[in-house]
Amino acid sequence: MSGVMDSLRVLFGGEPKRVPKKEMPPEVQELHAHKFRDKERIAAIHAELAHKAQNKIPEKKRRLRWSVLIAVNMLFVVSYYFDIQLLEGALTASRFAGFHMADLNSALQVMLAFKHVVINLLIGTTTIFILWWLLGGRTFCSWVCPYHLVAEWAEMLHLKLRKKGWAMDIQFDRRTRTWLWLLFAVLALATGYTVYETISPTGILSRALIYGPGVALVWVGLILLFEIFFSRRAWCRYACPIGLTYGVVGATSPFTVHYKLTNCYHEGECRKVCLVPHVLDIVKKGRAPAMEIDIGADCTRCLRCVDACPTGALSFKYKGLGGLF
Amino acid sequence: MSKKPRLSPKQRARRRFLASLGLAAGVTGASLLGFVPVAAKKLHDRLRPPGALLEEEFLAACIKCGQCVQVCPVEAIKLADLTDGFGVGVPYIEARDQACDFSCDGLQCVLACPTGALIHEVAFPSQVDMGIAKVVAAGNCLAVQGKGFKGLARGADFKGKLRYAEIDRWHPIPVAEHPYDLELCDLCVRQCPIEIQIVECANEDEKRREELGLVAQRQPGECPPKHAIELRPIESNDGVKRMEPVILEGCVGCGVCEMICPVEPAVIVIDSSESRENSRGMRA
Repeated sequence: MSGVMDSLRVLFGGEPKRVPKKEMPPEVQELHAHKFRDKERIAAIHAELAHKAQNKIPEKKRRLRWSVLIAVNMLFVVSYYFDIQLLEGALTASRFAGFHMADLNSALQVMLAFKHVVINLLIGTTTIFILWWLLGGRTFCSWVCPYHLVAEWAEMLHLKLRKKGWAMDIQFDRRTRTWLWLLFAVLALATGYTVYETISPTGILSRALIYGPGVALVWVGLILLFEIFFSRRAWCRYACPIGLTYGVVGATSPFTVHYKLTNCYHEGECRKVCLVPHVLDIVKKGRAPAMEIDIGADCTRCLRCVDACPTGALSFKYKGLGGLF
Repeated sequence: MSKKPRLSPKQRARRRFLASLGLAAGVTGASLLGFVPVAAKKLHDRLRPPGALLEEEFLAACIKCGQCVQVCPVEAIKLADLTDGFGVGVPYIEARDQACDFSCDGLQCVLACPTGALIHEVAFPSQVDMGIAKVVAAGNCLAVQGKGFKGLARGADFKGKLRYAEIDRWHPIPVAEHPYDLELCDLCVRQCPIEIQIVECANEDEKRREELGLVAQRQPGECPPKHAIELRPIESNDGVKRMEPVILEGCVGCGVCEMICPVEPAVIVIDSSESRENSRGMRA
């Protein structure tokens, strides 16, 4: 349970804890101490990484993830366009084959603003809660949220521009997202309007896809421009309350990205591609407090780290319900 | 970038704090801009779908998913853009383009609404309170001028649809495919869904009485208890038969009269602000 609490603390913006060497189990200490002896292996890894940098290998898991993301969003579009009533509504609230689903953050905004919960909304919220608890909370972000996809494309551009020195990466305090979450909850309660929905790029994009584009896309464009020129993935990292909501929901999920210290040679490839590199703080040399670690609640299970790791230290894993207790 | 002096950790923390404060203020500020159209009462004359709560409550309760849009057989419902501020993604009806003609009978949009923003207690069109029709330019009304109407009510390019029960009860057809030939224009009364339903109910009841000798048992509101609109004769000295449309208590504000009125601009329009203010989306 303390692991879960700590992962929540980091989710809310806390700095990852550093466990002192002395407090680590002896076998972990030993491994840390001897990690870099195998010079041959390390040279081989470097050669492999150099080769990878020369010949772009397609990120298979990323392609799969993009396909799923596009398929889910297109299911909304197709369902409406052909009137097959399979997935009606938008990402804020919908019905899958008639069964209610409601985005947790949108539902929360409505509940706080309206101060009244009808049974359909309760059913929808419960369904989605169970679904994303099972699949791992922020999995919603990287596998479903349409803004995540366009932000990934913007990120590619951002990284290219950064290399040329045409863009910068302002690092904000990650606690900003927690404060914004609280602020939007208070605003909904106090004003009686679903204030966050006004600027939610997730809702705006989902509706634009299904019901047609509008002026609202300008706002999404502005966020993307900000991310491209000023701060890498700023919205998802520092602002989006939806991500925080799902992060909390998935904190005890049975699915996780799993880290094996034995396989890790601390190349840091995973942290380069990660949306939330603080969850991978433990992969730094000498940091891992155990031989095997489940990555924290802020992880979106995008699995880019799994593809990036040259030594198979990270994997997607069903860990069962042990995390709950 | 190269000549910047190195910052102490304290300075860096301070910078990050200020930048984060700026980010939070920017995001919050942007979201609160959504209040502008609401404060300017820009949304108050929006015609909302059947069963919509009071405007303020409606904006709070709506989860902006558009399920109501998807079930409407005449595609009367649209979702508002960001120019509506807090009302972004909230459904509305542009009656002149496509009114709600209740051709779904069962108020599908109300049934589809997952949050009760469209109040689930309404079951029949006559219980709805979207607004009230108003005659705004009686002088332009063809009936008032004693004129008839021949041809397509809104021209050949008009996209709007209506249910013409006598042609196809289950599939609304384009108004542009249904020409009229009227001695005196009575389109607003003729196409009023409430008036049509009153006649249908009476016919059904009559039929049942004749065939089975039964008195129909109806649910409250199933048959509109009150008339919505009628044409009343006006006294005139020139010998021309003139009538004027009069809105009655049973009007629910669906907007069909506004849509079908062949005069440009429409002689009759829906005012959604007054009646909804007291009704909570549903008639007492």
